[in-house]
Amino acid sequence: MPEETPVLAAEDVTKHFDTGRQTVRALENVTLRLYRGRIAALVGESGSGKTTLARLLAQFYPVTSGEIRLRGEVVSGPDKDFYGEVQLVFQDPFASLNSLRKVEHNVRRALKLHGHAADDAAVHELLAKVNLTPAADFARKLPHELSGGQRQRVAIARALAVRPSVLLGDEPISMLDVSIRLDVLNLLARLREEEGLALLYITHDIASARYLSDDIYVMYAGQMVEGGPAESVIQEPKHPYTRLLLDSSPDPERAGGSSAFTATAKLGEPPSLVDPPPGCRFHPRCPFAKEQCKTSFPPRTEFADGSWTNCWLHNES
Amino acid sequence: MILDVKGLNVDYITAKGAVRAVNDVSFQLRRGEILGVAGESGCGKSTLIMALIRLLRPPAAITGGQVWLHPREGEPVDIASRTDRELRRLRWRSMAVVLQSAMDALNPVARLSAQFADVLKEHGYKNTEERTAELLEMVGISPDRARSYPHEMSGGMRQRAMIALALACDPELVVMDEPTTAVDVVMQRQILAQILELRERLGFSVVFVTHDLSLLVELADRIAIMYGGRIVELGDAAEIYRAPRHPYTKGLRDSFPPLHAPVTRLNGIPGTPPDLRNLPIGCAFEPRCPRRFADCAERRPELLTVGDALAACHLHDRERTAHA
Repeated sequence: MPEETPVLAAEDVTKHFDTGRQTVRALENVTLRLYRGRIAALVGESGSGKTTLARLLAQFYPVTSGEIRLRGEVVSGPDKDFYGEVQLVFQDPFASLNSLRKVEHNVRRALKLHGHAADDAAVHELLAKVNLTPAADFARKLPHELSGGQRQRVAIARALAVRPSVLLGDEPISMLDVSIRLDVLNLLARLREEEGLALLYITHDIASARYLSDDIYVMYAGQMVEGGPAESVIQEPKHPYTRLLLDSSPDPERAGGSSAFTATAKLGEPPSLVDPPPGCRFHPRCPFAKEQCKTSFPPRTEFADGSWTNCWLHNES
Repeated sequence: MILDVKGLNVDYITAKGAVRAVNDVSFQLRRGEILGVAGESGCGKSTLIMALIRLLRPPAAITGGQVWLHPREGEPVDIASRTDRELRRLRWRSMAVVLQSAMDALNPVARLSAQFADVLKEHGYKNTEERTAELLEMVGISPDRARSYPHEMSGGMRQRAMIALALACDPELVVMDEPTTAVDVVMQRQILAQILELRERLGFSVVFVTHDLSLLVELADRIAIMYGGRIVELGDAAEIYRAPRHPYTKGLRDSFPPLHAPVTRLNGIPGTPPDLRNLPIGCAFEPRCPRRFADCAERRPELLTVGDALAACHLHDRERTAHA
């Protein structure tokens, strides 16, 4: 990963939700940095803390401890300037657009609110940027007249309207039809190149993370367990959980051998975050768990290929 | 053979006329076979399997064709033409269903034990507790969880309980509608491993519907690809993946980025799935097809034998003519 200052970063962030009777330990000491012109993918199962981390980065709620930094400066709370830099794209494009207003209204509002020129030309330029052409036709449509993929592109155009430097995408393609998902991924890749955006791509689909991103971060039960250049995380996973994720993901190349199906058949489920296991939270499911794993979370071990993991297996001191 | 579907049509009856969601679908299911049905939303895959077990709700209705079930004992039955009363004899014992959302399919205010007992008693099981424990163990759930309410279980566990429930009366045919879409990949694999193992042990046949072709390639024996209400390709699972004969199948296959193979730029399929109210005269895929030619817009291709598989595509007419 580059030496420059990250555009947006979560530094050693912890988030506990107090529900009155109990505390949900959603994130523990997590660090994630987003750089200009790079896409970082965040993968993990439901409940691993992916969305919580995105919401902390977007200042939806305050951190319990740690810091969110924008260009190196600690962010103290959300304001319009912050959202002029950081924008979100949500999972459900059917819910994230104002369904009573035309596409042009949805996009123009963001332009106006952030003090940019909001004439037809500006709206059309944004729609063209996300491949909704002819832009003038799409501008006059209502959201229900568009397909899911087209709607998601409107949501992206609206996010781009404020001229952000960071885009946080929380499962932006998981509700779209299979055949049009790549279209949206290719669009995000192009925005990285052309606009130099820093992108966070949250997904449960590790194959799409590999397709799109430069770096991959893997989370398990609120702990960051591995990260690094996408290819090294995929081809040489260091953490047993990353390996489990990869072995579990569909891979047609593997067809015919059912061994992969049976190998992971009885490995249990992620823990409750109200009462998580001590030490490494993966240890109850880990085939390699040692005594150490049950008591303390391992420090980070770094590798020559730029990847790193928090696992006692790689920390033989 | 357990199932012989012939020219099945399902319409959604609306004020503006009928919309055909399943159009002239025919296939046979072998005993102990897993047939995967893949396609995008609106292609008719869920409607098809709900028709197979006659669980369609109005405004959907079977408007043509036959669904012959060949039970272990007794004469073949055309499910499409029987009354609901006659079908009760076959439900659970011959055919069962696993739905997508276990959260909605289980009764939220009844313990698992009560929901299992309900089914078992109706079908003449005396010792329901013992059978419930046996069924739960089969899917890797500890029998003491029978006392749990659905909300006390994880999503994966609920989905496995649904599978156990479907198998309660030892059915011959189990249809599954995206049973793992709502669970995480690790749990998905555990559930699929269990389905394969139980199929091996109990010998039931499965029709498995999903949008995830990459998963079916690993799970199914054969795969049917649906587009615009019709089967456009049907063949051996590995073959379909290795050498798709229909451009739509190829497009669908290439919509899944590889996990380990070298990454190349992929483009999915341009355009959007067809509007069933307004299908083209020719091939429904023609507007999106990278290999279309004049014939495609004019004549609808029939599902015909191509090598070891079936495909509905004019590209193969040419091949056939060339060979003749």
